[in-house]
Amino acid sequence: MNPDASTIAAGAPIEVDLSPIAEGQDIKVFWRGKPIYISHRTKKQIEEARAVNVASLPDPQSDEARVKSGHDQWLVVIGICTHLGCIPIAHEGSYDGFFCPCHGSVYDTSGRIRQGPAPSNLAVPPYQFVSDTKIQIG
Amino acid sequence: MSGPSDYQPSNPALQWIERRLPIFGLIHSSFVAYPTPRNLNYWWTFGAILSFMLGMQILTGVILAMHYTPNADLAFKSVELIVRDVNYGWLLRNMHAVGASMFFVAVYVHMFRGLYYGSYKEPREVLWILGVIIYLLMMATGFMGYVLPWGQMSFWGATVITNLFSAVPYVGESIVTLLWGGYSVGNPTLNRFFSLHYLLPFVIAGVVVLHVWALHVAGQNNPDGVEPKTEKDTVPFTPHATIKDMFGVACFLLLYAWFIFYMPNYLGDADNYIPANPGVTPPHIVPEWYYLPFYAILRSIPDKLAGVIAMFGAIIILCFLPWLDSAKTRSSKYRPLAKQFFWIFVAVCILLGYLGAQPPEGIYVIAGRVLTFCYFAYFLIVLPLLARIEKPRPVPNSISDAVLAKTGSRSTPMVSTAIVLALAGSLFAGSIDSAKASEGSDTPPGNKWSFSGPFGTFDRGALQRGLKVYKEVCSSCHGLSYIAFRNLAEAGGPGYSVAQASAFASEYKVKDGPNDAGDMFERPGRPADYFPSPFPNEQAARAANGGAAPPDLSLITKARSYKRGFPWFIFDVFTQYQEQGPDYVTALLQGYEEKVPEGVTIPEGSYFNRYFPGHAIKMPKPLSDGQVTYDDGSPATVAQYAKDVTTFLMWTAEPHMEARKRLGFQVFVFLIVFAGLMYFTKKKVWAASH
Ligand code: FES
Repeated sequence: MNPDASTIAAGAPIEVDLSPIAEGQDIKVFWRGKPIYISHRTKKQIEEARAVNVASLPDPQSDEARVKSGHDQWLVVIGICTHLGCIPIAHEGSYDGFFCPCHGSVYDTSGRIRQGPAPSNLAVPPYQFVSDTKIQIG
Repeated sequence: MSGPSDYQPSNPALQWIERRLPIFGLIHSSFVAYPTPRNLNYWWTFGAILSFMLGMQILTGVILAMHYTPNADLAFKSVELIVRDVNYGWLLRNMHAVGASMFFVAVYVHMFRGLYYGSYKEPREVLWILGVIIYLLMMATGFMGYVLPWGQMSFWGATVITNLFSAVPYVGESIVTLLWGGYSVGNPTLNRFFSLHYLLPFVIAGVVVLHVWALHVAGQNNPDGVEPKTEKDTVPFTPHATIKDMFGVACFLLLYAWFIFYMPNYLGDADNYIPANPGVTPPHIVPEWYYLPFYAILRSIPDKLAGVIAMFGAIIILCFLPWLDSAKTRSSKYRPLAKQFFWIFVAVCILLGYLGAQPPEGIYVIAGRVLTFCYFAYFLIVLPLLARIEKPRPVPNSISDAVLAKTGSRSTPMVSTAIVLALAGSLFAGSIDSAKASEGSDTPPGNKWSFSGPFGTFDRGALQRGLKVYKEVCSSCHGLSYIAFRNLAEAGGPGYSVAQASAFASEYKVKDGPNDAGDMFERPGRPADYFPSPFPNEQAARAANGGAAPPDLSLITKARSYKRGFPWFIFDVFTQYQEQGPDYVTALLQGYEEKVPEGVTIPEGSYFNRYFPGHAIKMPKPLSDGQVTYDDGSPATVAQYAKDVTTFLMWTAEPHMEARKRLGFQVFVFLIVFAGLMYFTKKKVWAASH
């Protein structure tokens, strides 16, 4: 009952062009049927993400560990709430990041869980930068 | 099923079979001669009601499966086509969907009855545990069935419930992938759920056979909880129990029919009339009502794994009930304290159910935690403790003693009733306030609709005018893809003739093809064609409308609703109020205001609407006075347009509504007569036994 060959094949890596995404904006792409948020963070958002005391977080992880260095403005996360799988809404909630409408989990500008029942941070999918304005997810 | 029988059929052909397969003896000893305690009350008819419902679900389900397509792209549409085009498809679907809820109503009554009268105690432990297994199977079946229509709630309910398994340490993620057959809920998930939804009812039927077998070995419990000792304590199953069960089933059918014919959508969720969309989570996900208490338990625990364990634990704990409650007296009738706590427990379950449907914030979370504690405390603290400290009243010597003494003792008014009412009252009072505060929009005012109530019919004039408004105004952005031109000439619709419908169709250009040369071409519409959509696909619709795709209007009056809140949702059951959707749609069409009120900011490209959730709507004010000319002299005002087009859209959402209400009336007349006959027959049969 595990995924069949065609499902696995359709889950191959995809490339996304980042150049049209302005600062402060974000897009949602689908990979393997999952929504992936790619956000172009503002200076302020990056600072907010880096200012917190990592040890005080429910799922401690530094912002640097969640983005690719040299591309600090790009946050790429799987937009699936780690609680029970709803899609959080971007730019909402008290941490300027994501807010899950289902049971009220709040994520910050680095996609880290700050409040609510979700146990862990929004997952970062495997991806790399092919060029400065293009990433490959998967 | 109670051992060998000495029954011999008189017909030689049956004797021939009987010698080779003693099936008639089995039936005779199980359902005819079987001794049943003579003091059983009506709560005992729920066993028969449940068997009946299981049969009903399997029967309607098998027929529905002949018309249903388990494919993520087609499932939603195929369900709509069942309702619209299959002969009596609307009836089948309502029977099946409402039937699931009624099945759970009956099973909850049946379980609480077992709880109250101690039917799980020695020697009926296995019987009880088999019952819990049936209940678990029913939950799984019900859940998978709810996924099949592939609406928004189906999809997101499936996502949330399957994700419960991701809480399992280490292997959680792989279990979830295995359940999905992919990387998210999708077509493979739908396919396997369909397969299992078809399989499990037969598994249930198998376990039901074991359940009945175990019942007939241990014998039925009874309200006094003393085992039958002599002949005098029992009556033969047929005709006594049979006729009583028939009367019970008939009464239950009245309730069932009330929902099938008059409020088929009351127990469902409006969001499920929106096709599944993996990109958008509905703002408020609720499971079907019968899971709500457990959903509330899940949410009231702040830790994911612990929440899931608590939720499943709440069901599994029932299996241990025979050993948690070690009191010797079975029936709560003779246990003054246990009786009080039982009713408190019932209230706790109902309140948990109510909380499960509320947003998880503020007072609800705290109340949820308290009630979750109460739920478990009942099993783990109260029952074991009561068995030790409670002094039960003396039980009668035999069932016949109990029946004779019955005239004397009337139970005293219960303190617990007062406790329960006070508890419920305070909670609801609190919840109403917070619900009011959190609403982001005004409640639409009620309207008088020609189609409301048990005898409602569509106002033909309004339907025809509404069609005109749709055609001249709405259709430039909104599709009506489930309505074919032929529907316009069908009974219960706008009342056009077939010729008029064809003429109407031929005004449209419809894309057809490919022809022999392999090209697509345009031709005039035919009655069998569907209303063409204004945009070729959703992306185009989105791009042309500033990012918000105009929804298809075929189902809009069923897909939109607003919260009725306590206590209205209870009154609605009796008043048959079903018009939240139409009320909302008309209100929205008239809810535009030029001046944005203080304190509300409307983003660029949006308009202020009083009734739209969040107030900022992308659709510009669609109607203005005099925009559409009416030939029949009705006022050409926005209010009239809104009302007419809403009536029309109510018809598009349910073209067979008139047939539904008409048949409902006939069924009710029949059922009332039938139940009356059963009642008097039952009285006659039991005359000698009381
Ligand atoms: S799914 Fe997001 S908070 Fe529960």
